[in-house]
Amino acid sequence: MSKLHISTTVNGEPAEFLCEASDTMLDVLRGPLGLTGSKEGCASGDCGACSILLDDRLVCSCLMLAAESEGHQLRTIEGMARGDHLHPLQQKFLELAALQCGICTSGMLVASDALLKKNPHPSEEEVRYWLAGNLCRCTGYDKIVRAVMETAADMREQGNMEARQ
Amino acid sequence: MNVITTNNKWIGQRTIRPDGADKVTGRAAFAADTTMPGMIWGKILRSPHPHARIKSIDTSKAEALPGVKAVVTARDVVDFPIDKSVMLGIQDMRWMCRNVMAREKALFPGHPVAAVAATTEAIAAQACALIEVDYEVLPWVIEIDDALKPDAPILHEFVKFEGKPSNIAGKLEAKKGDIALGFKEAEVVVERSFTTRPVHQGYIEPHACLVSVGADNKTTIWSSSQGQFMVRAMTSYLAGIPQSDIRAIPAEIGGGFGGKTIVYLEPLATLLAKKSGRPVKMVMTREEVMRSTGPTSGSKSTVKFGAKKDGTIVAAQGTFYLQAGALPGSPIRGAVGCSFSPYDIPNVLSVGYDVLSNRSKVAAYRAPGAPIGAYAVECVLDELAEALKMDPLELRLKNAAKQGTKAAHGPVFPRIGYVETLEAAKASAHYSAPLGKLQGRGVASGFWFNAGGESSAQVNITEDGNVVVTTGHPDIGGSRAAIANICAELLGIDYKRVSVLIGDTATVGFSNLTGGSRVLFASAMVVTQSAEKIITTLRERAAKIWEIDPEAVKWENGAAHPASPNAGEFPPLTLAELAAKAPSMGGPIGAGVQLNTEGAEGGFGTHICDVEVDVELGIVRVIRYTAVQDVGRAIHPGYVEGQMQGGVAQGIGWALNEEYIYNKQGKVDNPGFLDYRMPVCSDLPMLDTIMVEVPNPKHPQGVKGVGEVPLVPVMAAVANAIYNALGKRFYSLPMSPPKVLEVLDARSEAAE
Repeated sequence: MSKLHISTTVNGEPAEFLCEASDTMLDVLRGPLGLTGSKEGCASGDCGACSILLDDRLVCSCLMLAAESEGHQLRTIEGMARGDHLHPLQQKFLELAALQCGICTSGMLVASDALLKKNPHPSEEEVRYWLAGNLCRCTGYDKIVRAVMETAADMREQGNMEARQ
Repeated sequence: MNVITTNNKWIGQRTIRPDGADKVTGRAAFAADTTMPGMIWGKILRSPHPHARIKSIDTSKAEALPGVKAVVTARDVVDFPIDKSVMLGIQDMRWMCRNVMAREKALFPGHPVAAVAATTEAIAAQACALIEVDYEVLPWVIEIDDALKPDAPILHEFVKFEGKPSNIAGKLEAKKGDIALGFKEAEVVVERSFTTRPVHQGYIEPHACLVSVGADNKTTIWSSSQGQFMVRAMTSYLAGIPQSDIRAIPAEIGGGFGGKTIVYLEPLATLLAKKSGRPVKMVMTREEVMRSTGPTSGSKSTVKFGAKKDGTIVAAQGTFYLQAGALPGSPIRGAVGCSFSPYDIPNVLSVGYDVLSNRSKVAAYRAPGAPIGAYAVECVLDELAEALKMDPLELRLKNAAKQGTKAAHGPVFPRIGYVETLEAAKASAHYSAPLGKLQGRGVASGFWFNAGGESSAQVNITEDGNVVVTTGHPDIGGSRAAIANICAELLGIDYKRVSVLIGDTATVGFSNLTGGSRVLFASAMVVTQSAEKIITTLRERAAKIWEIDPEAVKWENGAAHPASPNAGEFPPLTLAELAAKAPSMGGPIGAGVQLNTEGAEGGFGTHICDVEVDVELGIVRVIRYTAVQDVGRAIHPGYVEGQMQGGVAQGIGWALNEEYIYNKQGKVDNPGFLDYRMPVCSDLPMLDTIMVEVPNPKHPQGVKGVGEVPLVPVMAAVANAIYNALGKRFYSLPMSPPKVLEVLDARSEAAE
């Protein structure tokens, strides 16, 4: 059987690839597209290390078929910083030591970004339940939750300042 | 050696880690992220049986499949005959060679029996299915009690205990005083038995490697491990290639917790690469990780304490049976040696047994053995405190080990901070906070040996006057950040001018594993001595320029200065200026140091846990937690807290949910993250930490290992909190909803 030809958009850039019908989005991101920032921890949707945005929806790319990306917008961890300008969440994770080994960090950041886009005022409980699909074995989540809450507060402040100007 | 304790600019700062930007942008290269031109894929065929003699293996059909480039079996792995032990650290190569590939027998479901390399993963998997293995299925045994029965199936005829073939592969004893006499003096005695289940380290990154072997056998390994030198040595032994021909490159490691201190894939990928002439990549699935690697032991323990009515403990006895898995080597040393160490007890007998069964071979897991022992000891202490009508922290304070206490496992403690952890816990707002209905509070303490050992570092000054530090320990939790802080402090420069890299086996001197809470302790020592050598060179060069004695030059704030007005008046010479003058003044500036470090003193922690029990669902929720620890000196407080919080989270999982569940066929029934339930974000509260800093007197910066201690007290702290909430004690882990409900149901039936 010949491969499928897929046209999609990854981090704002048009992308084309060939894949088998059974290839997952994660396989293609990490393979032909060379975007290895998304990680495979389980391949069953339990760990969230492969989290990406499909249009505005947070998904585990290991549970998505690559062919399903046809005509959609994908966002991965590689699209989070602008050049050498880190996203406020990335900066805050560094400042608060909200990562240790770093294997879950890509997925955590993508998921946290999706949360703050949806809910700029998350409570601690909302952050904890939103991130319940992203496993971290190193940190005990404490510093991750704090980083997300502090970033949300900073971004609200930033937004207020911009609105006042 | 000076302990730097005051006026620090960088030590104690929460700096941004040197590898940070790479890890928040997805740029950091973990083992599975590496590829090579011409690369093919390796896969492992694993035994479906818990115990089976391998009569023959026919690989011809697999080899004939188009796309298959190599097949290997135990015939290709170097054999280490069972009559002669060959040790590498604590690992015996007789067991390692049988663990990476089954030889005479398959010993657990998931045990490798053959490996294939093919052009795609799918072809490799298809080829595995074509390999014909003729098994003679043998009786098997999973649980400790079954393995100890007189008629139990014996895993290895060559393992003998008390002269007879046995599943007991070893015994270890620590003794102090006279245990019988001690218990005779006791006025109150409490004795209880406990069981724990095997739990996995649970690193999110599965094992992975990429190996390229040249026609001249020169081998390059990229892999995720807790020690590139361990990877080199074990691959050398098992693939029969001299260490000098192997370059092991440490990829970023996605968690280890002890589980990546041995190899599984690297020797097989090396043999496949050698046979095929192609680079071979192997990546485990999560299911393979759960079935075939780690975990730590399940256990059964009995602990007995005897005390005077005033709370003075006069005798303590512990018996610990730990599962080794299918090959010898459970962490009985940790259980036997650590369990009673927080206490000054005149009479102690602590005995451990290493028990074989048809499970995957255990691997190290954070303070190996110590949490199992502490769970039993600290739960019994809680009952003893209750029997004596004493506050549990007071009981511990009354009997706490201090400077000069001789531990049962041998050493006499120097200045330690255990008492300080108890006092800080007692004084904490948490300890006196009110509790609500169905809520309870528990405390527990713990000890880990910590470790020193071999480390190497090279510190080089770049031509533009900045610093590159190369060490030999994979950085799992932020050690590069702490090394940058120390180096910046010593050289008196901004920490951003210090790059810290992890060298491969060809570019840095031998460095032992990242494990045992040894990395910062040991690497800070070699980096400190290297920096001191560099400062000596810098002072000598400034002295030469100023034409004064080197003794009259001091190094301060990143520059050479005259030590006093008597030495003359000269403008400071900065690191950048001296680096620029290096070519005309004796050449490059740099220093390397290699040491077998000593003086890693043990660490202590005391934890407070609050739980709330949902009596409808049987779910225990931890609602507040405070971990107090004697951390020596927090070089980077953020990552010290991180170690404490991470250890606590793992312990809460161990206490409440995590366990290997076996089915009737002797196979693990929950080999994935859905059913092997590690704590997720919504399961936990914020995890408070109190760092008690009692500097290690044997370390230049006062550093003490911090990584393992925080797992040790957790299970007992949670268990004691549940007792406080429900008035009911649990003697087996995990205290999962079905078990809690069973107890609650029994209680309500009794009330009816």
